[in-house]
Amino acid sequence: MTRYLTGRLLQAVLVLWAAFTLSFGVLYLLPGDPVSIMAAGGGDTNDISPEQLAELRKTYGLDKPVLEQYVSQLRHALQGDFGISVQSGEKVGHMIGTALPDTLRLTSGALLLALVLGGATALLGTYTQWRWLRQVLLSLPALGVSAPTFLVGLVLVQIVSFRWGLLPAVGNEGFDSLVLPMITLALPTGAVLAQVFAKSLRTTLSEPYVETALAKGASRGRVHFRHATRNASIPPLTVVGMLVGNLLAGSVVVETVFSRTGVGRITATAVASQDIPVVQGLVVFGALVFVLANLAVDLVYPLLDPRITTSAAVAR
Amino acid sequence: MSDPRRRPRRVLTSLTAVTVLSLAAGACSSSSADSPGGSTPHSGGHLTFALASDPICIDPQQAGNNDALYPARQLVDSLTDQDPRTGRIVPWLAKSWKVSKDATTFTFTLREGATFSDGTPVNARAVKDNFDGIVKLGAKAVLGSGYLAGYKGTTVVDEHTAEVAFAAPNAQFLQATSTFTLGLLAASTVKLPAEKRCTDNLVGSGPFTLVDYTPNKSVEERRRAGYTWGSSLWSRKGPAYLDKLTFKVIPESGVRTGSLQSGQVDAIGGVAPQDEPGLKSAGFSLQSRANPGLPFALTANVARPITKDLRVRRAIQKIIDRQEIVDTVLSGSYEPATSSLASTTSGYKDLSAQLGHDVAGAEKLLDAAGWRTGSDGIRTKDGRKLSLKVIWGANFGPNQTALELIQQQLKKSGIRITLQSATIGDFIALRQKGDYDFSWGNTTRVDPDILRTGFSGKLLNFGHLADRELDGVLDEQASESDPAARAAHVARAQKLVLDKAYQIPVFELTTVLGLSGKVHDLDFEASSRLQFHETWLS
Repeated sequence: MTRYLTGRLLQAVLVLWAAFTLSFGVLYLLPGDPVSIMAAGGGDTNDISPEQLAELRKTYGLDKPVLEQYVSQLRHALQGDFGISVQSGEKVGHMIGTALPDTLRLTSGALLLALVLGGATALLGTYTQWRWLRQVLLSLPALGVSAPTFLVGLVLVQIVSFRWGLLPAVGNEGFDSLVLPMITLALPTGAVLAQVFAKSLRTTLSEPYVETALAKGASRGRVHFRHATRNASIPPLTVVGMLVGNLLAGSVVVETVFSRTGVGRITATAVASQDIPVVQGLVVFGALVFVLANLAVDLVYPLLDPRITTSAAVAR
Repeated sequence: MSDPRRRPRRVLTSLTAVTVLSLAAGACSSSSADSPGGSTPHSGGHLTFALASDPICIDPQQAGNNDALYPARQLVDSLTDQDPRTGRIVPWLAKSWKVSKDATTFTFTLREGATFSDGTPVNARAVKDNFDGIVKLGAKAVLGSGYLAGYKGTTVVDEHTAEVAFAAPNAQFLQATSTFTLGLLAASTVKLPAEKRCTDNLVGSGPFTLVDYTPNKSVEERRRAGYTWGSSLWSRKGPAYLDKLTFKVIPESGVRTGSLQSGQVDAIGGVAPQDEPGLKSAGFSLQSRANPGLPFALTANVARPITKDLRVRRAIQKIIDRQEIVDTVLSGSYEPATSSLASTTSGYKDLSAQLGHDVAGAEKLLDAAGWRTGSDGIRTKDGRKLSLKVIWGANFGPNQTALELIQQQLKKSGIRITLQSATIGDFIALRQKGDYDFSWGNTTRVDPDILRTGFSGKLLNFGHLADRELDGVLDEQASESDPAARAAHVARAQKLVLDKAYQIPVFELTTVLGLSGKVHDLDFEASSRLQFHETWLS
């Protein structure tokens, strides 16, 4: 177990370093830089002189050779310091830290809802013997996967908030404001889960032991919900690890549509203004979440299926 | 959808819409200043205004974009104010001033009794601290560093007299003192480094004080009790009417309009041209004002082989059908450009006669210049195609469609333009590189000195102009302290820029707001940004 964890941690460090380096490279390859965007003032095409720009670049160390900037940023990042935002002067760690609770509420709520919706759809869709219900339920996931998040969000806002006036359209105040964004974010995630889970259930249900169980007199419900469900939940569990990352990405769109504060909004603003230190911090944060979520999933496998051992996972 | 139970509600909705519409129509026909229902201005209330993007930094001395300037403007007072109707500079914190004949020294006499919200007095020392501070901010003061170019220093003559001196004539400085950018902040703010005063620690003497700014969410401001030193332009002398002012950040334009329509906010900024008809038909009032400064225009780079020929530039000026662009791409709130300055700029002169749409005249010019129509419809001369590169930045939604329409208009006369888009930041870099024939853009500034920034061969000179006559006129307006004499120079400069077609103005950027019926007297100041002091809710 210790060997397994050490291996995983080393992998994690590698992933984090790769994410850091890749994002640094991409940001430097982009035309323009944070300083010229800041100087443009976001609106009018201001007439700022090359000298003034050079002065600003110096302030942020952007005039140094790329390699030197990379090494210095990496050194600071290793100490947990991602520097300050070029745009607002705020500490990057502080920015992410204050935005995190809002995003956590949103994404964990959405994940829970997705698990319930996706799980229920798959279980019911494979269990029911009414052909029409089965077809309706099993075609829902495809619909959910293909509907663009921002469109779903906008439609929900238009109907539920603007037409019916039931829930607020924007903001972070209270549970009310969380409902629509949570649903919007949960739909595509739940749809993927349902697809994978339903497929896995169908495969499991056609295995010989199911027939054996049925022949031995176990009820159809018991076989479906106890035996098959447990065995079929390995693939959706693997997917959950990746979906956590997707939820974080989805929060960029959802938080923008619903004007919520959070990590997603910071990401959108930072990328638009090429605020390198903030983007770097966010990329590493995102990679960390991804790594942790997948590690958690790996640790849960043996609980579901004793045949899987953690050391084998590393050897793989 | 055809559920009969929903019927009565729909009838009711349309009835309400009709009532609201007729009310709005009635209000419009009398006077826009009139308040329907005949209620009078009164104190109190909490107004929520939706911004289109996060302000990022609401320090008035550092801010550059509208969404930062709306909340920032309310926190500070300026030495002077500018009448948006006449362009005249009038007293605010300074009750009087004197400008030296050569426009290098400006002496301000401050009113007594004004204080910053931390209790410290607004005095000559504060003026000096602020101007010194802005110069120290350097390029971080995106606008201010330009206003204070050539700043020699401020002398504290006595408690209420400050003398500001420049190394070279700087006539635009007087107007600059009326802007939010040179608005005064308390010493406790000025001494802080730039990044510490973006979201917090902003202490001014303005009619509102900052309660809280949460990035990406909202700016909360509260009325300053005991405020009595408002601008001489304002009809109300005491504190603002509104108790509280909230600027909410709602980036998605559909959600912004929907929030207004469903009453979740009272007013919105950044109304896109395509959203205007919907808001109007739902009974909301649209309030608009053209932004002063340089209108949206194609600005020539005359160092290039084709654009160095005046005849080509003039031909393009004649081919572009401004009215068609406004009618097709924009909305009724927008106007075609009528000079090299927007109509709300001080010293603006209507030169629409020079900007007529005359395709036949243009084609004659192109023929005379030796550009003959080729087999593919594009003109050629000595084996070279009449093909021009236009660079543009994404600072205004309809830019792309407007440029595509221009592209079609020019193509009919045998001119091909290729469009290269850029992010706002990249646009600056592209312009410095100079690999283009025309750049597309605008600049907001009330003072006509913006012409010098844009077209003087002695300054940035992105267009590579070498025009002694124009440089001379631009310098003259910069060193003329008498407003009437200065206006004459400015008029000449506008005419020269158009005569030589250094700039081909197309339309005026316009600030469009959507307001609910209960918002009254939300005023545009001279730069078409917002002033909430006299705003009240019914």
